[in-house]
This record gives sequence, structure tokens and C-alpha cells, in this order.
Amino acid sequence: MIENKGRPNRLGLKGWLGGGRWGFERYLYTLHRLTGLGLLAYFVLHIVITSSRALGEHAWARAMGSVTGPVFRVGEYLVFAAFAFHALNGIRLALVELGFAIGNPIEPVYPYRTSVDEQRPLAIGVMIFAAILAIVGGIGFLK
Amino acid sequence: MRDQHLWTWHIGAGAVILVLLGLHMTIMHLDTILPLAISTPQGGKPIDWLNVVERGKDVFFLVTYVLLLGAALFHGFYGLRNILFELNPGAGTKKTLNGLFLAAGFVLFAVGTWAAWAGFTVARGA
Amino acid sequence: MADNTVPTEVVFRIRRFDPTTDAEPHWEDYRIPYPPGMTVLEGLKQIKETLSPTLAWRSSCRMGVCGSCGMFINGRPRLACNTQVSELASGLVTVAPLPNFNIIRDLVPDLVPMFQAHAETQPYLIRADTAEQQQPTGEFWQSAHQLEQYLQFSYCIKCGCCMAGCPTYATDPHYVGPMPLGQAHRYNSDSRDGGFASRKQLLSGERGPWRCHFAGECSRVCPKGVDPARAIQLMKRQLVFDYLKLWKQPRPASTAKPPAGLKRRDGIPEAPPRTI
Repeated sequence: MIENKGRPNRLGLKGWLGGGRWGFERYLYTLHRLTGLGLLAYFVLHIVITSSRALGEHAWARAMGSVTGPVFRVGEYLVFAAFAFHALNGIRLALVELGFAIGNPIEPVYPYRTSVDEQRPLAIGVMIFAAILAIVGGIGFLK
Repeated sequence: MRDQHLWTWHIGAGAVILVLLGLHMTIMHLDTILPLAISTPQGGKPIDWLNVVERGKDVFFLVTYVLLLGAALFHGFYGLRNILFELNPGAGTKKTLNGLFLAAGFVLFAVGTWAAWAGFTVARGA
Repeated sequence: MADNTVPTEVVFRIRRFDPTTDAEPHWEDYRIPYPPGMTVLEGLKQIKETLSPTLAWRSSCRMGVCGSCGMFINGRPRLACNTQVSELASGLVTVAPLPNFNIIRDLVPDLVPMFQAHAETQPYLIRADTAEQQQPTGEFWQSAHQLEQYLQFSYCIKCGCCMAGCPTYATDPHYVGPMPLGQAHRYNSDSRDGGFASRKQLLSGERGPWRCHFAGECSRVCPKGVDPARAIQLMKRQLVFDYLKLWKQPRPASTAKPPAGLKRRDGIPEAPPRTI
């Protein structure tokens, strides 16, 4: 069905990470995927660890003991920061991918103001909000 | 299910997680900045056993934990499925991955729900 | 001492590949005179005429309306005829074939998969009254507001730059891609069309717009301002609301019948007989 004439020339995974001079939203897309994977990995472990509470106080203490230490503390904060980014960017994506905040179809007149330009203030806004959340959370973790 | 349906649930689950996980993060990690009664009903840190038991007894936490668990498992595994499928695996691999994700999702949901239910009933019984 | 004179020469670094002789594509440099206002396409022609007669590429209109000369120029997909050498920041112009398509030779990509995907989205008006479409009796009613809903997406020249920019299409050849999806939406949102249910067969599956995650590159690189990203997100809204039973495609536009009971004024001749 898909012809195979010629030499393959797909960007591949490099296209996710940036195979040329790409825009802000493309990097947000890449970061959204990375934070998502990180959060999923943490989440699976989290379910296993915190489910130990069903086995009583000793099981809980053992489980909590296995995840103490500076490495885990830093890791937990990274998870919080990843959540801050992924959630706020997710709000933007949910809005935009349902066709809101991207403007109505217009007659294209150069220089073109695209849907990407229309949602740029929203993107900046959620990034600022995510940064504030990550910093506030960081203060909480330091205490 | 078709992607049209799965994606709609993915966004819906995202909205649920936004609210519930935001609540969870606030209760568990922002207790020093935004002290709430539910964070530390027995004093100390939110992660201390007594606080865990106290929250476990509450039907609100039982319901929201299970909701959050289901929504996050669906959202996370659908996201991972998207990432892997876009790397263009073969049809057989796709079927296997679908099965794996379903199985992993159900197993983890069962584990988490069991823990939440146990925390609810045992704590009340104790 | 700063030299503010316009450069008289420019270097083109071109990705060459001849399948009959080369094992791998490779870069080759060409230095050519640079008259102000030269486009990349003019540079390629200069190189072919004076330095390398075997250089191959596609071009036609040389004015940004045919969509033939899409290439990967200085890290972005652009039309060679539409790109001034002076707008490229460095003194070096790198020209490569459009990524995400097989290379046939030099700068010539194999765009057939894109056209096949386009055909699968049924990019034509689908209506129940096929008799009217074969033997039209009048125009279809369409307001200016209804026209505005799809006009932007109808400017697509099928150049493939959006496909080259898409990160999903970079890894997944089964994804239909921004151009076919944009064109599917152009027809779905045309008030004369009744084919949403028919196109849904393809669009609700894994090849549809669900693989789009709004990286936005397609709209950023589109040389005609078609904004396929906007089309795809609006399409997702339609499909999601359709699933949630919150939206249905409105009935297609009706035909405007010629007004009845009009008398021809004296002195005005009859129209010539219809030829179709």
C-alpha cells in the first residue's frame, strides 16, 4: 500500500528531539512526553510501595524505609516538578486539541498568524504558572 | 476501542487527574506551605503511619484514591501506548503491547484498590 | 574594519545522492555569484547551468503556487522559490531533500505516500444527491460565514513541507499526516459536504488526528498559511463531540433554484444553449 521507492529519509526519533530549527511548542511536546514517561514510571512504583499500608504498620515502615535518603528526596522533587509541567502543559493541550484558544479559520494574509501564534500567550502563561508551582513545591520539599 | 473513543477518555482522565492529583500533591507535599487539617490530623508529617491510617478510614479518600488510580493508570498507559505505537512496531507487536498494557493496568488497579479497601475496612475495624 | 558591502558570492551545500552510483547521500559545496534578490531556486539553476549539470530537483511555477520545490533549507522545510538567500542568516545555504520522504535522487522526494494518504481521506464533496452533482441545475447556497470555515484550508498547494515538519510523521509512516488531515477537515467543514460519516471510517482510527500532539511545526512551516494544525484540532473537536453525541454534521447545502415567474426584459437576447 505504501510504496517503497527510493532511499528512506525519515528523521526518526531525532525528529522528536529536534531535527532542524524547530519551534517552542515542538520542545514542549518532547518535554511533555519525557515528563509523562517519568511520571508513569514513578507511579507504578508508587502503587506498589504505598499499597504496603494494607499489610500493617511494619510493612509501611519497611516500605518507607526503602525509599528514604537524599537520592529519593531529590527524585521526589523531580516528580513534583514533572507533575507541575505535565499538568499545566496538559491543560493547554486539552484546550488547544479540542480546538479552543487557537482562533477561528481566517483568510491567510502574509505574515500569517497561525493557530500556534494564537495559543502562544496561553503557552507562556501555563509555563510561568508551572514554574511558580515548581518553585513553591521546592520550598515545601526543602522544609 | 477506536482511538476516537480512547482519546476522549484520555482527556477526561487528564481532567480528573488534574483535580485529584493536585489535591493529593497539596495534601502530601505542600503541608508546610498550606497547612490543611487533612494533611496531618495526628501531627507530624503527612506520610506518617497515623496520618495514613486516619485518611484511609475516610470514605472520601477511599473513593478519590480509587478514582485517581483508575484515571491515572488509563491516562498513563494510553500515553505510553501512543509513544510506542508511533515508533511504528509491527501489527503483532501492537497486539502484544495492547494486551500487556491492559493486563498491567488491571493488575495495578487491583493492587491499589485492594490496598485502599483494606485501609478503609481494617482501620475502621481496629 | 567592518565590511558593510553586500556579499558577491554564496556557498550552497547540497545533499547529493545518485542511486546508480552512490551508496550514501553526501554533502557537496558549490560557490556561485550572488546577485541581490536571488532565491534558493535560482541558485540551484545557476549551479546546474555552470557547475553540476547532474543536479536534480522539482520545480515549476517559481512563484510559490505549485508546491513542487519543497526542500529542507537551513534546517527548515521551505519552498526553494519562496526563499530568498538573504533571509537565511548565515552565508551558507544548506539544501537537502524534504525529510520523512524517501529520496529518489538528489533533492527529489517520493511524495506518493502523501498523495495516497490524501486520496484515502476522500478529498472531494460527498453528497447524497449524486444526480445533482453530475447534472447541476443550480448553485449551492453558501454564506460568506460558511465559506470562512474552510477557505483557509483550501489554499493548500500539497507541497509536503508540513509533512516534513511533523514529529509524528518522522517516526510513523502510517500516520496520515497534516496535509491529508487538513484537507479532510476542509471538506468536513464545507457546508456543501455530507461526507463526515464516510470519512470517519479512517479518521476515528489510529491513523487519524489522534497521533497529532500539537507540536505546531506544520503550521509554522506552511508557505501558504493554511494552518493544518488548526484544521486538525478543529477536526478533533468535531470527532470528540460526535462521539459524545454533542454534534452532528449539518445537512449539506441545498441548491439554489433559478427564481420562477420572471419576465425577460425587451431587448435582452436569450442565453446560448447549455453545453453540459
